[in-house]
Amino acid sequence: MTLLTEPQAPARQRPQVARRKKPLRSRAYKTFRVVALIAVVLFLIAPLFWMLLASFKTNVDIYDAGKSFLFTPTGENYANVLQRNNYFVFIFNSFWVAFVSTALSLVLGVPAAYAMSRFTMHRSALVVLMARVIPGVSLLVPWYYVFSNLKMVGGFEVLILSHMFVALPLIVYIMMSYFDGLPLELEESAQVDGLTPIGAFRRITLPLSVAGMATAGILSFIFSWNNFMFALVLSGSKTKTLPVAIFDFVSYASIDWGGLMAAATVVTIPIMIIALFTQKYIVSGMTAGATKG
Amino acid sequence: MSVLTPARTSGRTVNAQENFSAWANRHRKWLFAAPAMIFVGVLIIFPLAWTLYLSLTDSQGSVRAASDFVGLENYLTVLTDTERFWPAVGRTLSFTLVALGCEVILGMGIALLLWRPFRGEKWVRVAILLPLVATPVAVGMMWRLIFDPNIGFANQLLGLVGIPPQPWLSGQDSALPTTIFMDVWQWTPMVVLILLAGLTSLSDEPDEAARMDGANAFQRFFYVTLPLMMPTVIVAILLRGIDALKTFDILYATKGKGGGSFHEVETLNVYAYGLSFDYNQYGLSSAVLILFFMIIVGTMWLLTMRKKAVSK
Repeated sequence: MTLLTEPQAPARQRPQVARRKKPLRSRAYKTFRVVALIAVVLFLIAPLFWMLLASFKTNVDIYDAGKSFLFTPTGENYANVLQRNNYFVFIFNSFWVAFVSTALSLVLGVPAAYAMSRFTMHRSALVVLMARVIPGVSLLVPWYYVFSNLKMVGGFEVLILSHMFVALPLIVYIMMSYFDGLPLELEESAQVDGLTPIGAFRRITLPLSVAGMATAGILSFIFSWNNFMFALVLSGSKTKTLPVAIFDFVSYASIDWGGLMAAATVVTIPIMIIALFTQKYIVSGMTAGATKG
Repeated sequence: MSVLTPARTSGRTVNAQENFSAWANRHRKWLFAAPAMIFVGVLIIFPLAWTLYLSLTDSQGSVRAASDFVGLENYLTVLTDTERFWPAVGRTLSFTLVALGCEVILGMGIALLLWRPFRGEKWVRVAILLPLVATPVAVGMMWRLIFDPNIGFANQLLGLVGIPPQPWLSGQDSALPTTIFMDVWQWTPMVVLILLAGLTSLSDEPDEAARMDGANAFQRFFYVTLPLMMPTVIVAILLRGIDALKTFDILYATKGKGGGSFHEVETLNVYAYGLSFDYNQYGLSSAVLILFFMIIVGTMWLLTMRKKAVSK
């Protein structure tokens, strides 16, 4: 749709002149592009902005259409959420589960991805990637049964295990495509110089893969932080993570919208700040393996 | 790894360590790959086998309670259930197809807008990233407020252009399209990122050659760029499609148990979750899950085949 407005007739006859002079149509396309980009940005940002605004409103103001944008901001919602509802505990829980499951998944996943990439173990990789395809619910009933028999439900261990199940396939997938792109020659020459294969992996490949591991680690942290279903079933009152805590917010009779929006903001802000600082890594992780034939 | 630390003590330890090092290096392929595979394998294969077993029994109430083997009865019940199961299949497929369609078309449009460098590119990229990383449950709550029929911003906005208020999430027919809209808002950015990576990796030459031959922009996109992009488009569909089929968070966060009081947004995943954890019908839910799993694997297989055909 965007391309329709580029020069057509001039390009056919005199392409050189057409491009140098920038005819009217090209200017029209430029304007269209700016307008379209602004529309896209508004569409993506406006809802988040609305959530942020509402989190600073009293519930009376939220019900008042006249005070959509002009109102006296209040910090009460945040005070409520953080103090009365113990959100600091949930923030810590979310952080701890995401951090440990990411760290352990990196330890297991990076060597696995390396072996799978170097020895082209496609079928083995498929086993790990199955974890990304399978519906989580089908695993939860057996997990719940086994772990509740082991008296582990409600503890951090089982939450971390279940989140590793999300993180590990992601890490293996991203790191495999990263190792695929890393030249073999460096390792080979290190081995000629007397390093063992494992030594070459540890001293040459790993230091070269820091960017890849950062990508995989950040994405796996975000996915774990955002995970809802596993924590919904497997967390207890002491290990509840933020998404579950927000969900519990609406199970009361009437919704405290201001508080709910403050809670939603508290969950999303940390992850967005991380995302802003690590933008490059997130983009390369999201697009890993997408452009290979 | 410890194998690499030079041994300082007696000759015997050195020997043992050397032996271990040699052994480790010889078997490094499986030494590296096995832990991750065992971890995932144990957590998948055993539960999957159990789900398969449960689907052949009348287990309910508690998994611990005695249950009888009923053969394929659950599958028969599920496959003849036109009240919950088939509508859920329909909703899952329409949710996935419509959301995916919008995301790929919008995503391609936005990726083309972003393709050539421009001023302020950085800010647009930040805007694209934010929905993508936002916690889905929080996103669901955010849209709940915006789409609230009485106080929501969506109806205020419609009021400005003179359109009467809509029921959005609380309407029986409008709930599913509204959740599709939410999915499109959150995940179009991911499609944009993937397609943009594909566009940037394309070489300029085919496009340039077509331009020299007098092809217009429209022709160049449909006959040059799009065919070259097809493998990337299919990767995007594959990655997004798997997640779209399994969508749970925003549906459960906005409509709760059973996908709302009329099951307006009850997809297979929500249905199976409800059967398992709200109604404890383990036998039935396992049958639903096995069928659901077959649908997902079937779709993936078809897409992978298509990708292979396109790449050739």
